[in-house]
Amino acid sequence: MRVNRKLITKIGIHAILILTLIVVAFPIYYAFVMATHTHQDAYAFPPKLMPGKELFANISEAWQRVKMATLLKNSTIIAISVSFGKITFSILAAFAFTHFKFRGSWFLFPLAMVTQMMPLPVRVIPLYRMMAQLGWLNTYWALTIPYLASTTGIILFRQFYMTVPAELADAARVDGATPMQYLRKILLPLSWTNVAALLVIEFVYMWNEYLWPNIAITASNMRVAQMGLRMLYTSERGAAEWNIIMAGTFIIMLPPLIVLILFRKQFSEGIAMQTTK
Amino acid sequence: MDRFPNHRFLPYALVLPSITVIAIFLIYPFGQAIYQSFHRINPIRRQLVNVGWRNYLEMFRSPEYLYSFRNTFIFAVLVIGLGLIISLCIALLTTQNIRGSGFYQVAFVWTYAMSPIIAGVMWSLIFDPSIGLMTNLIGNLTGYWINFFNDTVAAFILVTVASIWVMLGYNIVFFIAGLQNVPYELKEAASIDGATTWQVFWVVTFPMLSPTVAFLVFVNTVYAFFQSFGLVDVVTMGGPNRSTEFLIYKIYKDGFGRMQEGQAAAQSVVLFIIIAIVGAVQIYTSTKSAVYDR
Repeated sequence: MRVNRKLITKIGIHAILILTLIVVAFPIYYAFVMATHTHQDAYAFPPKLMPGKELFANISEAWQRVKMATLLKNSTIIAISVSFGKITFSILAAFAFTHFKFRGSWFLFPLAMVTQMMPLPVRVIPLYRMMAQLGWLNTYWALTIPYLASTTGIILFRQFYMTVPAELADAARVDGATPMQYLRKILLPLSWTNVAALLVIEFVYMWNEYLWPNIAITASNMRVAQMGLRMLYTSERGAAEWNIIMAGTFIIMLPPLIVLILFRKQFSEGIAMQTTK
Repeated sequence: MDRFPNHRFLPYALVLPSITVIAIFLIYPFGQAIYQSFHRINPIRRQLVNVGWRNYLEMFRSPEYLYSFRNTFIFAVLVIGLGLIISLCIALLTTQNIRGSGFYQVAFVWTYAMSPIIAGVMWSLIFDPSIGLMTNLIGNLTGYWINFFNDTVAAFILVTVASIWVMLGYNIVFFIAGLQNVPYELKEAASIDGATTWQVFWVVTFPMLSPTVAFLVFVNTVYAFFQSFGLVDVVTMGGPNRSTEFLIYKIYKDGFGRMQEGQAAAQSVVLFIIIAIVGAVQIYTSTKSAVYDR
């Protein structure tokens, strides 16, 4: 009897999980179905639930309509430069906070933590004025430099560097290595999991960033991918061209999804490391 | 701690890049926002006039602001409450001792890569007034044909559902990580002592999960108050009848559309205070449990 009850529980768990998975994945599936039909078929009754054959036609239409190449280029440049900048800055700061005793660190570390309470939106108007004065509006500078400090990154690397045995640094010092050599040759090679985890976090974050680009960018050649989504979605207010909108949506959501899939393992491990205090 | 004595200036050089960015692009503009919140621009002479607390007082007396505040609050409670409960349930099920649990854990992660705008676009197809599957389903079942773009409550529901959906992946990843940190022996010991599954969860698992919960409450608050901007701007534009004009969207409209920078700055300061309170609670919870661990 007991075995039987266990089996039923397990089947029940599978059933619930599969059902939930279908519900959660359905919007994506249906969006994909839409992207593969003609405008007419998208409005057919009964609704089409199986993919059609117009995917590439719709993609090329969406591609031309919002100048997709420019959007993808800009978003890629921004997401990659911010990710690498944040990773570098965080590693340096975390190294300082874990391997050195220095005056003011009691003040500087909380200062770095406070940044997560000042998300960009609470300082958006002064920041806009500042960018205007610097002449940075409509440039990559405005979309990258203000993002470079990362609380998440500093915590992630600090958490990890605290677990690295002190003997490693002592041995390196005795062998005559400078701190920077130790960081580059010993600590960094140990940090790749965290680097990959942070790359996923920051790439996804920057790719999906919308409020600030929407304010700092007005020139059409500087627009980012999320702004393209708005253009696709709001261009047609009569009967929405869902097939074109969804084809564009799929292109735009692909890059962060690929990054997540590529580094999924490191991402999960990095998260697990961050939650263990 | 001090593994490299004799390098007195190096640590300062190492923190300099981060601290510089924080000082110039975070602290300084934030200070300006506080300053601006006590000023207004005189449109004729184009100069700043000190108005004291007037921006704040008028803000809290404005029915529009209070309505926006109320709606944002309800939205945040729904996104945080429902979102975290659903994700915790899914995370709990995927960490059970079942075949394919690894598959499920991966299968729920991907919504993490979706942006709020993508979520909004996908769900507005499902809720489309003419071809939306949900609209038709509800219409056929109940006889009520809801226009999710024109009805104030329905549009609010659309935005909430899309938001909960897009945060699922993130919440589940963190819950799974948190659950895997709960020592198996502890749960085992409790159940040998006669505790039911339900008791084991509340007495053993949940307390050890509290830093994760606090962290996720913070992240979801930030989402509800800030990141939802894209979703609202693209799908509802704050409408219909301002029902989805959340605080951040109002700041944007007042500050950039209506050129009322002082009033918008006062609103950002209030937003900061809300986030700071939630953030402080999060830091308090995570440090308290760290002591508890040792």
